[in-house]
Amino acid sequence: MMWVLLWTDALVFALVAVIVTFVLYARKHEHMRAPWREVVRGRIAVAALVVLMTYTVTGLLDSVHFRKALPMQDGQQEVQYAGDVVSLLDGLLGDLATQVEKTYSAPFATTLYTRETVIAEDGTQQRIFPRLKYGGAHLADPVSERVGDIALRSLRALGEALLIILLLYALLSAWLGRRWNTGSAAAALRMLRGETDVPWRTALVTLFVFVFLAALIVNLASVWHVFGTDKVGKDVLYQTIKSIRTGLVIGTLTTLVMLPFAVFLGMMAGYFRGWVDDVIQYLYTTLNSIPGVLLIAASVLMMQVYMDTHPELFETMEERADLRLLFLCLILGITSWTGLCRLLRGETLKLRELEYVQAADAFGVAKATILMRHLLPNLMHLVLIAVVIDFSGLVLAEAVLSYVGVGVDATTMSWGNMINRARLEMAREPMVWWSLLAAFSFMFMLVLAANLFADAVRDAFDPRLRAQR
Amino acid sequence: MTQTLLQVDNLSVRIGNGDSAIRPVDGVSFEIRRGETFALLGESGCGKSMTALALLRLLPQPAGEIVSGSVRLDGEELLALTESGMRAVRGGRIAMIFQEPMTSLNPVMTVGAQIAESLEQHKNLRGEAARQRVLELLDDVGIPDAARRFGEYPHQLSGGMKQRVMIAIALAGDPDLLIADEPTTALDVTIQAQVLDLMRKLQREHGMAVLLITHDLGVVSEMADRIAVMYAGQLVEQAPRDVFFGKARHPYSKKLFAALPDSSKREQRLTVIPGTVPPLNQVFYACRFAERCERAWELCNRQQPDWFAVDAEQGVRCHLADPTLSPPTSSDEQDAVAVARSQPSTAPPQTLLEVNGLKIHFPIQRGLFKRVVGQVRAVDGIDLAIPSGQTLALVGESGCGKTTVGKGILQLLNVTAGSVCFESVELTQLKGEALRSRRSDFQIIFQDPYSSMNPRMSVGDIIEEGMIAQRIGAGKAERRQRVAKLLEQVGLRPEHIHRYPHEFSGGQRQRICIARALAVNPKLIVCDEPTSALDVSVQAQILNLLQDLQNELGLSFLFITHDLSVVAYLADRIAVMYLGRIVEEGNVEDVLENPRHPYTEALLSAVPRVNDGDGRKIIRLEGDLPSPSNPPTGCHFHPRCRHAQAQCSAEYPPVSEVSGTHQVRCYLWDRQTGSVPPE
Repeated sequence: MMWVLLWTDALVFALVAVIVTFVLYARKHEHMRAPWREVVRGRIAVAALVVLMTYTVTGLLDSVHFRKALPMQDGQQEVQYAGDVVSLLDGLLGDLATQVEKTYSAPFATTLYTRETVIAEDGTQQRIFPRLKYGGAHLADPVSERVGDIALRSLRALGEALLIILLLYALLSAWLGRRWNTGSAAAALRMLRGETDVPWRTALVTLFVFVFLAALIVNLASVWHVFGTDKVGKDVLYQTIKSIRTGLVIGTLTTLVMLPFAVFLGMMAGYFRGWVDDVIQYLYTTLNSIPGVLLIAASVLMMQVYMDTHPELFETMEERADLRLLFLCLILGITSWTGLCRLLRGETLKLRELEYVQAADAFGVAKATILMRHLLPNLMHLVLIAVVIDFSGLVLAEAVLSYVGVGVDATTMSWGNMINRARLEMAREPMVWWSLLAAFSFMFMLVLAANLFADAVRDAFDPRLRAQR
Repeated sequence: MTQTLLQVDNLSVRIGNGDSAIRPVDGVSFEIRRGETFALLGESGCGKSMTALALLRLLPQPAGEIVSGSVRLDGEELLALTESGMRAVRGGRIAMIFQEPMTSLNPVMTVGAQIAESLEQHKNLRGEAARQRVLELLDDVGIPDAARRFGEYPHQLSGGMKQRVMIAIALAGDPDLLIADEPTTALDVTIQAQVLDLMRKLQREHGMAVLLITHDLGVVSEMADRIAVMYAGQLVEQAPRDVFFGKARHPYSKKLFAALPDSSKREQRLTVIPGTVPPLNQVFYACRFAERCERAWELCNRQQPDWFAVDAEQGVRCHLADPTLSPPTSSDEQDAVAVARSQPSTAPPQTLLEVNGLKIHFPIQRGLFKRVVGQVRAVDGIDLAIPSGQTLALVGESGCGKTTVGKGILQLLNVTAGSVCFESVELTQLKGEALRSRRSDFQIIFQDPYSSMNPRMSVGDIIEEGMIAQRIGAGKAERRQRVAKLLEQVGLRPEHIHRYPHEFSGGQRQRICIARALAVNPKLIVCDEPTSALDVSVQAQILNLLQDLQNELGLSFLFITHDLSVVAYLADRIAVMYLGRIVEEGNVEDVLENPRHPYTEALLSAVPRVNDGDGRKIIRLEGDLPSPSNPPTGCHFHPRCRHAQAQCSAEYPPVSEVSGTHQVRCYLWDRQTGSVPPE
């Protein structure tokens, strides 16, 4: 096995490291801890957080890539590796990637969605819906056994999910009981009654829903195509799950690209004023007045041409697709920093007149120190709010761009590509609806959770709302 | 018709739930009679405004709640009214004006429309009838040229004008009771005098009762018929004006008088009330004032005092007033501690700072290419000198440029012209590192203790910042030691070093700011209104601290303020500023007791005073401060001056020496022109 570190993987893990450092730092500073404590006290926020964490874990699992070693041939000295890069998530999903049917099949179908001409045993030609190779293949008589089989497997999934949640509940009770010095039984009771500050009950219920869904997938997906298959017979559920990483990468890495521009240029413009301000303002008004899609399309196409003329740069298909994804993040970041920059400039203009900044001036503190020590920490709440709110917008932007055709590489699995393909599928008769539905529901859940969470974050950090409490 | 207009019984308000619930009003009872002015006096955070809001049932929602009590207006229970019934009372029978005229008016509606809105609601007047009434009301509140002002927007009016419009809106419903919540706190003294005058006049004409909420003893003394003192959510004393100012009974009321700075207390420390108002999120089992009261004895810490009626009019909530008890006789009030002031020695003290012809102009830029179309002459040629170890007070109304002078001296603003000479070094010529290294010699303390510290830094880091920048102290440990020492010096505890600013009260924050300034061993400190955001009792603590520091460390202060009583207490010399120029300068006694410039005279007479009786004649100043971008020709003050002559509008008057230490810029005292000084 050979580990492969794609560009986006490296950046994703760097981002995780940054977040972990920030959390450790914030734990020690009361003024940063307090609003977060406020966030995790809201029920909706906690439910949204659980959803987001589930997506994040999936995305992270999908970011650990490797190439499998091929079996040694006789007389071979070096180990040869497979040409395709797979991730840990692929390993967990097992055969889902390889269970390819011939073409479209509906969710939980046992036959293809189209008639085919087959030659029957008696030699006559027949137009029938042939049985699937994998979906429901274990059943002898699909018509009578299908419902029973699905129900049984769902029931088993429910049992497993309950077991896991009860185990978690017990562990959590023990931990909290120790922390509160009440004993685990008392802690368990308090959680059950919903009397805790952090709504653990809500968290557990949401988690249960997800564990149940996961168990369903594990139990059903091995023998059924839960969301059907696409035109070339690939499992739609597999594609949807793999798309999670693309969505998250676009949502987070773009922010990473955007932040330095927005924060530093915004602060400089607001603090130094004069010609620095003029130049920066000129820059972002100009950038803002160019249609974003046009700029993105132009850059992505240029990149495409470059990559097509230099195939030797990439060892595998995945590396090529990955670079295009990274480039999309870059260009999205470069076009989207203007809003936050403008906001931060305005806030800095206000802050620089505050008396503590003038007091620092009166001490002869260096300008760079004033920027870092007095201005930046007091802008962080705005940055945080903007980042969380922008996230959902960027996930949606990916879908739109891929639909237009300037988004991620066609081989990258993403919700945008799925929706793009659904354009043709919806026009077909009979209609193929499951691709679109699957992509839509996964994306909807992520964006909704992100928006709800963003609301909670904004409420907790907004000083005006805080004053009312 | 009864005498009593409003009867409040045992009113209690709670905000929030659970452990953190605050009880800003806890069992308050009083009555207001027809046509009288009833003053509610107290420090910030003691529940005055909450009481007023509770009367109108306008408590912050959803947290606020009236827990118990009754409010009867003309015998009608307001707390039992429906919300729509209550709407007719608000603005109709009880009107309210707020502290901040800038934010109480809607900036996108014309003044006339805002008054008409109230008329339509309560008097059902529309169209031409409403317009006529609005013009009458504008006339009533003394706004000249009412017809033109009708169509103007709030931003076109000055602060005093806006407050007049607010009063006009309040009058529109013809209320029986006007609640005025700190109506003049945001205004300058001369404007305050105008507005108070107006309120008195209107009260007489309309026969309204006024509930005046204020922290200013001077305003109370001028306006009120009866006074109630509020402390930590309760009334502690209630008395008619003369009785209250003659013989207040509650220790807190007495202390409030003693804490007022004034020239007669120059040779002593101000009496302070130690500590601060206790937080109101607790259940009290003892007297709320006990821990700050020097006459408290064992009973006070054990039992809440009841309300004792001294006579029909006066009542007090204190164990001392309980006739059945015999409190330990105290050595009466603490003796005023005399302070050895740094007397100006016979040898002329060395001049620390000398400012000559200082000008600070801000260009007004217009258009695409930022063409300069004019100058705001914030500071327009002033001369100052501060001897070492002394205090110079710079006095003037807001907008006259006094803060700009302070910042210009510290080189925080670009000086347009003139020189600032500090220990014979010309500061305006210094650049970069040379200026940076001199910055430890002069420091500044700001007005607002809430915005002058970075909320994200701990107290230790805040105080240390200047030391790091000036490379004072070798190593962290040594600096930390010094921070701890400084904290003790300003009356805080060394263990406060790790706390954050929001954990401190206003007075404590101001102490931290002082410690921060002291950290770099300055010789001159510019104090920019350091006490105007603080309550009287806390103000006294800070003034005492500044006084002590000056005696101990030989500091010089440039004390920028609009509060003449503070000046009288603290300053050695005083310079009066008007529209970017100094109109009069001299020793404190000379200027305050024998003001020569008509502006100084008017300023002094406008300050509301305690115990001044009726002998005082207030000199009314008409109009507002002109704009510094377009000052009047000649003497800047002549459009508002009652002694203005022809030459006043022609040329700015030269300096006239009244005595060796007292200069004034006014033709009235100009020897050459030989005018006759007025009586």
